[in-house]
Amino acid sequence: MTSSLVPSPGRHPFRELVRVEALLFGRSAAGVVWTALIPLAAVVVLGAVPATRHPSDSFDGRSPLETWLPVLMMYEFLMTAANLLPAVLAGYRERGILRRLSTTPVPPSRLLGAQALIYLALATALDATMLAIAVGCGVPLPGQFAGFVLTLALVAAAMLGIGLVLAALAPGEKAANALGLVVFFPLLFFAGMWIPRSRMPHVLRDISDVTPLGAGARAVQDCLDGRWPAAAALLVLAAYAVVCGVVAARRFRWQ
Amino acid sequence: MTVIEVAGLRKAYGKRVAVRDVSFTVEESEIFGLLGPNGAGKTTTVECVAGLRVPDGGRVRVFGHDPRRERTAVTARLGVQLQASEVQPNLRVREALRLYASFYPDPADPDELLELLGLTGQADVRFAKLSGGQRQRLSIALALIGRPTVAILDELTTGLDPAARRDTWELITAVRERGVTILLVTHFMAEAERLCDRVAVIDAGQVVACDSPAALTARLDAGQRIRFVPSEPVDERELAGLPGVESASRHGEEILVVGAGETLSVLVTHLAHRGVLAHRLRVEQPSLDDAYLALTAHASSRSTS
Repeated sequence: MTSSLVPSPGRHPFRELVRVEALLFGRSAAGVVWTALIPLAAVVVLGAVPATRHPSDSFDGRSPLETWLPVLMMYEFLMTAANLLPAVLAGYRERGILRRLSTTPVPPSRLLGAQALIYLALATALDATMLAIAVGCGVPLPGQFAGFVLTLALVAAAMLGIGLVLAALAPGEKAANALGLVVFFPLLFFAGMWIPRSRMPHVLRDISDVTPLGAGARAVQDCLDGRWPAAAALLVLAAYAVVCGVVAARRFRWQ
Repeated sequence: MTVIEVAGLRKAYGKRVAVRDVSFTVEESEIFGLLGPNGAGKTTTVECVAGLRVPDGGRVRVFGHDPRRERTAVTARLGVQLQASEVQPNLRVREALRLYASFYPDPADPDELLELLGLTGQADVRFAKLSGGQRQRLSIALALIGRPTVAILDELTTGLDPAARRDTWELITAVRERGVTILLVTHFMAEAERLCDRVAVIDAGQVVACDSPAALTARLDAGQRIRFVPSEPVDERELAGLPGVESASRHGEEILVVGAGETLSVLVTHLAHRGVLAHRLRVEQPSLDDAYLALTAHASSRSTS
């Protein structure tokens, strides 16, 4: 691995940061397992088992793979931007790594930028892979594809906002991990990970509509049905992105 | 040429005043020490110099620039080694140096620095696996990777064993010979005495003295302390009456004579005249330790009165 590290002194510090942080992500086994291996395995399993590949009455005529694919695609952004990112950033602050960067010509905000870029790119690549596998298993592409891409982009922005708020509020890596779990399960629940939104009682679905991944799932559903996503769902996502972004910008500390 | 200028620096954290009034200047190519007990305000002072903290009052200039407002002008030429600043745990030593090298316009050769700091054997070891001393040396290497004109080194030998400390001192001397100006924060007198051209003694947020270690020591009124065991009984009261002698006392078989600079020759002449030999003769000069204790004790009694 060291042989790939050709030094490029005085040039492209941001590129170097991205490369090194990507390398470090690759060295963190838990991160790789939870972001890449588990969701990809889920899609492959759902796609390979004939019973989950075919339409089922209990999922409104969709196959289980078709039902869970959008949730898994949103899960990628939740895992990377709202779980891994805050833990890494809070840990870097706790260890004085951001402080050390503050004394160099490269400000620590570049490290935050590098981290965000890596995680969003990774989640996007994994989402594209999952979609390709699903399409290969007979799942139709979303009828409203542009709306689908826009929805995922807004989901990514909302998750990044939440991740940055967690990174700002958590005093250290352990606290960030704990906060990450506190948001992880409720958000996934309202996205329909355990009970598909179509089978949720009305009250739960109303709550789900104002959670970021619930709104995301609603918008995705519209796209699958061939409609432009509901404006309310897109607004909810955009609001999370903007409000969290502002809170994070005010509260974030580099040391 | 003045490279660092601190004038009337003041910094409080809430109600706790960390730095009350600190002023000093660091000249090109010198090793300047900031000396003081824990909590005296040394680290806060260098953090203000490094641009990591905003002073509440006073003026800080590095190469004539404000370290916060003119960040780029300062960071490219100032190397900083801070306490408790780590590196990404899974980053290997050589990778860390190469990454930081990419931040600077004209960096040092990472492999050459590894050699200089004795880290060549650890080049492929992850930061998390390094010993305390190795981490400290990597931290120094990272402070030097940008070929700085000035390096701030905060408590760099704290936690090192005596041999590693001695190696680090030699390293600092070698770095200075390359023309790097060094601002060294320490609470080890031996380190300051050995390395620093000038030291500022800080206590309770204020500079209580600023001079060369030798001059600070010479300022002490305490003269020589002479201990010896006489070959034949002598009357210590008679010794106390000799010119220049402040006091003479007996401690078991040993006699302690305290006096001004000429005391030793007066005493030896007197004993020779009596035909008495001085066995196990020892002369103690005041050290920077004594000067430091006198200075900081003086300041704390003044601030509490």
